[in-house]
Parts: sequence; structure tokens; C-alpha cells
Amino acid sequence: MSDTILEMRKITKTFPGVTALSDVSFKVRRGDIHCLVGENGAGKSTLMKVLSGVHPHGSFEGDILIDGERRAFRGIADSERAGIAIIYQELALVPEMTVYENILLGHELRRGPVIDWNATIQKASSMLERVRLDVNPATKVKDLGVGKQQLVEIAKALSRDVRLLILDEPTAALNEDDCDNLLGIIRDLKTQGVTCVMISHKLKEVISIADRVTVLRDGKTVRDLDAAKGEIAEPVLIKHMVGREIDNVYPPRLAKPKDEVVLEVRDWNAYDPRIGRKVLKDVALHVRKGEIVGIAGLMGSGRTELARSLFGNPDGYELSGELVLKGRPRRFKSPRDAIDAGLAYASEDRKGNGLILIQDVKQNITLANLRALVRRGAAVDANAEVKVANGYREALNIKTPSVEQKVVNLSGGNQQKVSVAKWLFVKPDVLILDEPTRGIDVGAKYEIYTIMNRLVEEGMSIIMISSELPEVLGMSDRVYVISAGRVTGELAAAEANQENIMRLATS
Amino acid sequence: MTIQGLKKIVRSNIREYGMYIALVVIMAIFSIATKGTFISSRNIANLLNQTGYIAVLAVGMTLVIVIRHIDLSVGFLAGFLGAVAAIAIVAWELPVWLVIPMILAMGVVAGLVTAFPVAALGIPAFVASLAGWLIYRGLLLRVTSATGTIIIPNEAFNAIGNGYIPDLFPAESPFLPGMHKLTLLLGLCAALFFVVSQIRARRAKRAYALEVLPADLFALKLVFVVGVVALVTWILAGYNGLSWTLVIVLAVVAAYDYVTKQTVLGRHIYAVGGNPEAAELSGISVKRITYIVFASMGFLTALSGILFASRLQSATPTAGTLFEMDAIASAYIGGVSAAGGVGSITGSLVGALVYMSLMNGMNLLGTDISLQYVIRGAVLALAVIFDVATRRRAAKS
Ligand SMILES: Nc1ncnc2c1ncn2[C@@H]1O[C@H](COP(=O)(O)OP(=O)(O)OP(=O)(O)O)[C@@H](O)[C@H]1O
Ligand SMILES: [Mg+2]
Repeated sequence: MSDTILEMRKITKTFPGVTALSDVSFKVRRGDIHCLVGENGAGKSTLMKVLSGVHPHGSFEGDILIDGERRAFRGIADSERAGIAIIYQELALVPEMTVYENILLGHELRRGPVIDWNATIQKASSMLERVRLDVNPATKVKDLGVGKQQLVEIAKALSRDVRLLILDEPTAALNEDDCDNLLGIIRDLKTQGVTCVMISHKLKEVISIADRVTVLRDGKTVRDLDAAKGEIAEPVLIKHMVGREIDNVYPPRLAKPKDEVVLEVRDWNAYDPRIGRKVLKDVALHVRKGEIVGIAGLMGSGRTELARSLFGNPDGYELSGELVLKGRPRRFKSPRDAIDAGLAYASEDRKGNGLILIQDVKQNITLANLRALVRRGAAVDANAEVKVANGYREALNIKTPSVEQKVVNLSGGNQQKVSVAKWLFVKPDVLILDEPTRGIDVGAKYEIYTIMNRLVEEGMSIIMISSELPEVLGMSDRVYVISAGRVTGELAAAEANQENIMRLATS
Repeated sequence: MTIQGLKKIVRSNIREYGMYIALVVIMAIFSIATKGTFISSRNIANLLNQTGYIAVLAVGMTLVIVIRHIDLSVGFLAGFLGAVAAIAIVAWELPVWLVIPMILAMGVVAGLVTAFPVAALGIPAFVASLAGWLIYRGLLLRVTSATGTIIIPNEAFNAIGNGYIPDLFPAESPFLPGMHKLTLLLGLCAALFFVVSQIRARRAKRAYALEVLPADLFALKLVFVVGVVALVTWILAGYNGLSWTLVIVLAVVAAYDYVTKQTVLGRHIYAVGGNPEAAELSGISVKRITYIVFASMGFLTALSGILFASRLQSATPTAGTLFEMDAIASAYIGGVSAAGGVGSITGSLVGALVYMSLMNGMNLLGTDISLQYVIRGAVLALAVIFDVATRRRAAKS
């Protein structure tokens, strides 16, 4: 067998108004962990969709060679048969089904017409072992954390004798621990002879794991780098990705927070009647004018629950405690109330509840503040709307052929920028950003950080929830750490570091 | 303009144009098959009046489906409210100017009642409105049980479904004798308004460097629409002119089209349909939108009941039977999506016209009723398959 498991030659893929890939060549050596990096909209996901048959043969130009043989995939089923499995960032598991059902979904083990459940459970268990996931295979997937669900996805891929595993931003939604665990498993798979292609915006993990890296920019291959030759280092990657150097990942802030407290929460308790337990216990925190407050904590520690309970409580928790916004005690009955009072929340789950994918960029950006665009009685001023949307498109560098493009057609990172832009247009006094840079490239992160700084310098206050500790440390004036629904610590920027945050988060 | 470019534009808009093309083709086929009877002034006027009470239901149903619900109760609710109107006029001897707003208000209340279990308790609209279907059917039977069919002897009321707008000049004046002059004038105004607003919208879009139709295609579109308006106006003017039903339907369509496309409320409705959770988190009350959409459905149902009772000049125990299915079919033919968030008012109007043209044309041809149902079902299936196929292609390319 040849040394090259996969070669993609001169791939060109266009969408109306966009050339996503032009003449891209991509070569993966057998047994390597090969990372694919590049800015948002560079074409990484598209390249992998071309490979896996999501964009079928004939809808693009160029050739795909597996083990030196030319292949034409008409759909995912074809590429699966060739030993290729792709795991998307948006997990494709059925939440209501058990782990073992999910692992063999679509490839059920049968005896005659009926499913052989014992064999299924046995096979699922052995796959779980390979990914070192210690859960009961009869657990429902919805009861697992995101990190574990990710592993179930991988187990599912492994059950199909995969030789080439593609992971599209597998760690974007994971916290540090789960990330490390996942990377460990990818290394294990390598020793078992599985070749991996991984897309990631987290350059540190790319550097730690990659044997080779391919950098895409604007739909073209700009560089292939080899770890064995010592070519993979952060500044090099950034330079090739962005086309310029970024020396300071966190831009400096010019103004200090004021003394005035704009948001204060005391004795804040939330009980979720749907799951029948308390999700927040005696939470107390405050935010000053012009301050960025970081909220750190593990997945499921109650960070998002806290944000949503403050933001009009759309989940219907039973709340107690005090919420004071700009000196007035408040209890919001709906997100609308909260927005009107000057509190906004940008969701972490852009596809699930952040964006309306079937609508276009401008409609999504203006949705939460349409009233500001009303002219002459009732009509929304279409021209003003386009102007606003174009403004944010430029400010955040959203890559799209026009603001009338449907959001579903944007790359993941650019969708994220749209969901941030939506709340910038609301211009609240306090903005809660839940994982604002998830899936965003280094260059765009810098842009978002710069905008956050500008906003707080102008007097806005920001609460930033993030699983990326370096970002929490780099951007916040103060950090609250949450664990199991409680605030377990408050740290000033100067005293916070990865160790004490992690200690508090797991306490 | 290259052939390639033209193909691309046609392909990307095929879904929108497809319905209009289908309507033209169906009308042409029937016109030939009936040797011109179908396209005669008299029949077109009749067809439009028949379409009226389904079209207003289809308009309301469009919004209900856009927010991912359904309302099965509208048929018998329309029948029941029509019967109440008849009773109010005949038995209670209330004046028409009072009866009509009263019935419309009852429709709104009925819509809110259907919305309550859906919005407040999260009960599927299919079930909630199925209950309504049964209840209104029972109520309709009950109020007509003593009298059977109730004849409405009120001229003003019956004019809504059968009358025509008056003319400015006498029909036998030397200028265009036999034509309805006011209708022609209104048609001219409508065409002018369309052209001016289209040109202005295009200019505004270009100012923001947004994509617009190329000039020649744009001109073609204007010529086509103006041509259709002129033709329809001419045909109608040759009979009695605009009917009151048509005036009402056009007013409803224009108002709803404006609200859905231009206003905050309209945008909120489509946002709720596109992703209810995201809409809620954007400060839109999904409950409030649900109440509004069902209330509007109730309002239009009442209007439909009035139009139908007026057209028949009576209320019958079976009035409204299967109207809900006709309205739902029209909306789907017109391109709404069951997945929510997609569908237009004008699309549903065209859908209703396609659907009712089929019925009208087949009746003229004397097609057996059994075959009529089969053909209507086939057209519905084709329309939806076409819709899904073109949507999928647009997503892929
Ligand atoms: N179905 C589609 N229709 C139209 N344009 C598309 C479609 N899919 C992708 N694109 C465009 O192709 C380009 C490449 O997108 P792709 O998703 O591959 O980017 P990416 O490198 O994965 O970015 P990210 O890091 O943000 O996920 C983008 O400009 C995107 O808007
Ligand atoms: Mg991507």
C-alpha cells in the first residue's frame, strides 16, 4: 500500500456568489494526525464535505484519490464504505436514544429481520472501551455531557471500521479537561492505525497533536507544514492563516472600569421544575460600569443557567433572590423585559437558539431591535436595515457575498459573528456573551476582543462566559468561578490563573 | 445578458415563478378545452367570486402554518358564523352594519379560544383545532336544526357575495360602451402603482449594491405583470366590473402582504416560524405571536363565513364542510413549508386560484366529481414535490 491514504487534487467548489475552494490540493499520509487550519470561511468544512460526499461527485471539479485510486462518492454512504467517517461540530446523535442504539444506528446488527440487542450492546461496549468512555451503554445520550457525547460520536465512527476519521472542530464546545481527553484518544487511535484529519481553531492543540498541518486561506492552500521538520509553531500558523502577524492576542484596554455597580445579584436561587432540582444556589455577583467580568466553570456547572435565569427566565425556573439593574430591583418576566431594561444575552448555541438559519444575514442582525428601524408608523425601513447590517458586516469582517445571504450558507465562524452582531445592535447596558468566540479564528477573535474593549470603554458592561481559560484570563477585570450551581470564588484579574480557576471550578 | 445567466436566474427563481406558470398553463388548457367559455368575462368573474371565501382562509392559514401550527376548525367555524349572521339578520332583525362587525369579532374570539390551549398549555394545534372542528360542527347543526336552511332576504348582505361596484359613468355612454369604466380606471392605477413601487425598490437595492434582476429581465417582469393586470381588468370590465368579493379579497391580501413583508409584527411572525427558541431569546413573545396569528385566522374565518353565506344568500347545515382542507391545500400549493418560517401571502392567493380554477374548469367540462378529487389531489402532490425538489436544489447548488 502506498504511503498516501488520501489525495485531493485541484478541487474547485463554487456556490452562487462564492468560490469556496479554488484549485485546492490536499494530501494525507497514512497514520498521520493531519490538522486543517484557516480563517472562518476559508473552506475547511467545505473541503471535508467534498471528501465525504456531502457535496457529491459532479458538484465540484477535481479528483479524490483514496489509496491512489480515483473515487467518486455520490453520498455519505459511499464514503463510509470506503472507510471514511466525518464527525461534524454539530453532533448528530439522537438524544432520546441510548448510547448503544446510537452507536449502531443505521448499521444495526441483525439476526434475520430483528435486531440482535445482545450483540449490539456487546459491540457498543467494546467501542466505548476504545474511546475510554466509562458509561453504561444503556444511558440515554441526552443525559451525557457534550464531551462524552463527542466520544460517543467517535465510538460510532469506529464501529464502522473507519480508516480515515475526519473531525470538524471537535473541541470547540469542550472545556480544557475534555479537550485533553479527546486529544489523548485521537493519539490512541493513531497507534491503532486510524488516520485523522482534524479541523481546529485552537492553535495550541494543533501544535501539540499535529504531525502535519495544512493552512487554507480564501479557498486556496497556502502552506503544508511538517512537525518532523519543526515547522509548526503558533506565529507561523497565524501568519499563514491571517496573512499578517498578531503579536498580542488580547488587545490592550484604555479605560478602567468605573466604581458604579450596574448589575447586582444576591441570594439568587433557581429551581428547574422540569428536571426537579436546583440549578443555582445562593449566587451573588456584581458587575461595574465599563467592566468585563469573566465567568468560568465546567460544562454543566450552571453558567448558562445563570445567564438565562437573569435574562427573563425563558426556561421557567422558579427563582428567588434579588436582581438589581442600574439601581432598580428587577424581576424580568421575559427576554423582552430584560432587553427593554438594558440586559442582553448572546446564546452559546447559535444553531439551536441563537440564529434563524433560514433567514438572511440582515434579518438576523436586526431581529432583536427591529423597532429601532421603524419609520413612518409601522413599516421597517428596508434601506436603513441594509445599512445597519452592512455596518456590522464590515466591523466584524463577516464573510458573505451580501447581507441577503441566508445564514445557513455561512461558515460556522461567520454565523457566530452574526449572532454577536445581533446583540451589538441592541446596544444594551449589560451584555452577557456566552462562549462568544466559539469556532472563531484567531484574527476574528482579535476583532471581537477589540470590539468588546471598545464597548466597555464606551460604558457598556460585559459578562463573558467562556470555557477557554486563556480568554477569560486575558480579557476579564474580574473572574467568578462557578461549580455545581454555586459561586465558588471571585478573583481579581491580577490574582487569577489557570490553576486557581481550575481548582475552584472542581471544588 | 448571457443565456447562462438567464438560466441561472430562472433556476434560482423557479419556485416563485413556477406557480404563476402553472396557473397560466391550467387556465390556458381549460380555455381551449371549453372553447373559450372558461376565459369568458362571466366565468372569470364567477371564478374569482368562488375563490374569495377560500382565498381569505388560505391567507390566514398561511400564517398559521408559517408558525408551525395548523387550524382544522376553520371550515365549520365559517359555516357556524355564517349561520349566526343569518339568524341575526332574519330572526333578531339586526341591521347588516351591526351584524358584520359582530360576526368578525366573534371570529377573533373563536381564534383566541383555539390559541389558548396551544399557546398557554403547549397542546398541539392539530388536536386543539380538531376539538374545535367537532364543536363548531355541532353548533352549526344545532342552530340550523329548527329551521334547516335559513334564507337571507337582505339585499345589502347578499351584495357582498354577488354584487359589483357601481360605475362612474353610465354603461351606454359612447366612450367604451358596455365596459365598466371605474374597473378600468382602478386597473390602470394598480398597474401604475406596481411599476412605480418596483422601480423605486430596485433603485434602493442598487444603492446598497444588493443583487437585483438585470435590467432586461426586470423590464420583462414589469411588462408581464402589467399585461396580466390589463388582461384581467379588461375581462372583468366586459362583464359587471369588480365584484365586492374581489374588492374585499384584494384588500385583505394587500393588507396582509404589507404586514408580513414590511412591519415588525410580520417579521416577528416569520422569526417565530423560523426558530421559536431563537425568536423568544430575541425578545419576541412566541405566545403573543401565537395568539395574534390564531386571532387573525378567526377573523378571516368569520369573513369567509360571511362571504359564503352571502354568496349562497342563505345559511345551510353543511356550510363550510371541508373548507379547511381547501385552504390548507391552497396554502401548500402556494409554497408554504410545513417546517415553518416559509410562505407568502401572494403565493397562497395564487395557490387558491390554481385550486379553484381546477374545480371551476372541471365543472365546466362536466368532469365526474370522483375524477375531480383525484385530479385535485394529484395537483397538490405535484406542487409540493416540485416545491421540495426546487428547494433542495437551491440549497445544494
Ligand atoms: N451551502 C452553501 N451555500 C453558499 N455558500 C456556502 C455554502 N457552504 C459554504 N459556503 C461558503 O463557502 C465558504 C467556505 O465555507 P466553509 O464552511 O468551508 O468555511 P470554514 O473554513 O469551515 O470556516 P469556519 O472556520 O468558520 O467553520 C464560506 O464563504 C461560506 O459562506
Ligand atoms: Mg467550518
